[in-house]
Amino acid sequence: MGKSDASRFRLGTLRIGTALAPKIFRGCLLDAARISRYAFVDSAQAAHSARHASPNMPEASATSSLTAVLGDVLKRQVAAVQDYTLLTVQAMRCMFSPPYYWLDTLEQMDIVGVGSLPIIIVAGLSIGGVLVLQTAAQFQRFGETALTGDAVSLALVRELGPAVTALLVSGRNASGMASELGSMVVTEQVDAMRALGTDPIRKLMMPRVIATVLMVPLLTVVFDFVGLCGGFLVAYSTLRLGAVQFWTRAINSLDIGDVVQGLTKPVVFGLIIATVGCYCGLRVRGGTQGVGRATTTAVVISSVCALVADFFLSRLLLYLFQ
Amino acid sequence: MTRDVPPLDSSRNVANTSRHEIQSVPGEALISLHDVHVGFEDREVLQGISFDVAHGETKVLLGETGTGKTLIMKLAAGLIRPDSGRVLVMGHDVSEMPEKELLNFRRSIGFVFQEGALFDSMTVSDNVSFRLREEAMDETEIEERVREALRFVEMEHALEKFPADLSGGMRRRVSIARALVDRPPVVLYDSPTAGLDPVTSQTIITLILRGRDLQDVTALLATHRVQDAFGLANFRFDKASGHVVALAGNGKSGLAQSLAEREEAADGGRERNPTQPTNVLVLRDGKIYFEAPADELLGTKDEYLKKFLASAE
Repeated sequence: MGKSDASRFRLGTLRIGTALAPKIFRGCLLDAARISRYAFVDSAQAAHSARHASPNMPEASATSSLTAVLGDVLKRQVAAVQDYTLLTVQAMRCMFSPPYYWLDTLEQMDIVGVGSLPIIIVAGLSIGGVLVLQTAAQFQRFGETALTGDAVSLALVRELGPAVTALLVSGRNASGMASELGSMVVTEQVDAMRALGTDPIRKLMMPRVIATVLMVPLLTVVFDFVGLCGGFLVAYSTLRLGAVQFWTRAINSLDIGDVVQGLTKPVVFGLIIATVGCYCGLRVRGGTQGVGRATTTAVVISSVCALVADFFLSRLLLYLFQ
Repeated sequence: MTRDVPPLDSSRNVANTSRHEIQSVPGEALISLHDVHVGFEDREVLQGISFDVAHGETKVLLGETGTGKTLIMKLAAGLIRPDSGRVLVMGHDVSEMPEKELLNFRRSIGFVFQEGALFDSMTVSDNVSFRLREEAMDETEIEERVREALRFVEMEHALEKFPADLSGGMRRRVSIARALVDRPPVVLYDSPTAGLDPVTSQTIITLILRGRDLQDVTALLATHRVQDAFGLANFRFDKASGHVVALAGNGKSGLAQSLAEREEAADGGRERNPTQPTNVLVLRDGKIYFEAPADELLGTKDEYLKKFLASAE
């Protein structure tokens, strides 16, 4: 293919893309709107929409063109995001009206909070230690090893504490929620709950969301503290930094903005982890294989979403506090 | 099949109605399906299904796997919505009711799922008391009611066991106890004998029979076993003696009696339970293929229906 052919091909592709993009986008919105008429307005209607979501979608792929396939994929993604958003809103609304399941919430706090402590402590110690090892070499070049406490403290409280805690809790609990709720869906326990007159979103999802939103910030505080302890141990043993010097600098380097940043992010991360985990579990299709898929999806999506949210939150909080 | 759809009483709002205020009226159809259509992807599973279940009646839905029996049970409980048509339960249109109202309404319906669907992280006692705790009933009364329900299904010894520790038949019995614990006027049994051995199946049918005759339960029962239909049609639970007795009482029992008396039954010679009639509805290819009292099924000349009878012999 000559240069002119290649540019003609690119131009042609661009024209086709420009012409088809609005069609795909419009199709997406139409299907998403059609699904949203049912999705999570209530569970019975969600089941109804799920029954009929498929015929609407393969309709386009029957033409087996690239645009149809792309449109199909886009529609599914838009519909899934919409479904997730509506479920989250519904769970939020449940928080403002009885009945409340406080015992279930306490149980979930124990599972998410106390259950995650061992991995948080081990990971915190390691990461704090590694931070000192990596930064000490640089500071030694300038004879400023005293700044190690500042570096470890800022890195942990502002960024690493919330992010790593979110990833660990996501790996442990989002997967747990997805597999537990998914198994309940597959074995008709969720339907049985509805048949007994209990709202599964209120009974199963809300306690998990509240527990995770409360526990992730606390786990982050533990992670930060343990990380600083790990950093101090390594600084003391390798750089011969005194306890007073390390801790004074570590604490003084932090201002209120850092602390707010370090405690705001985990709240959002907790919300993402719990809602994604519950969404993946409650939307399981395809038996035990589907439960396995939902578990993997829950971990991947909640981790990625937490990291993306981390970027935007950092930008916003830096703007607010600097 | 077309039917006149009864007008809905708009004054009946169940959103703020307690379970015990939802009353059934004798003689009134407690469950009515009107021209119900339900499809999945490119296949229409139910094609214009219409039938009524009267107060005190036991309607047995017979059909092969995949004919939509479970679907009808879930429609009646409002767990799924039809594509078109109406589903009325105790006068309320559950196909149009919002989920919030349905949750309250479902407390007046018992549902026995095919595999029991017991909450596997809870003990038998917690499973049975689930609905009562949701209603914030007094703990002493809860314990009393749970024991009574488990005694009814002869599972009182398993109070603190988990579902994983129980056999398939025991799980069904606990599931029946869970459905009956709040004494609902309507109970939906979704293939309660599926996958069970004949002896255990007979035990389950006896429990359903006891529920019908002692608690005056109106039931919709899905099954692929014709024996279940005849068991319910030909026997009753005698409260005085505490035993199950045959309605015809000729010394033979169960299906053997039923099959031996096909001709007699076809002529309407069998004694029928006057207050709790058992009717059979056979589903085929998404439509109602046969609907009549259970005895009439015995005298059928239809080849398809004979297959069901042959499977029971």
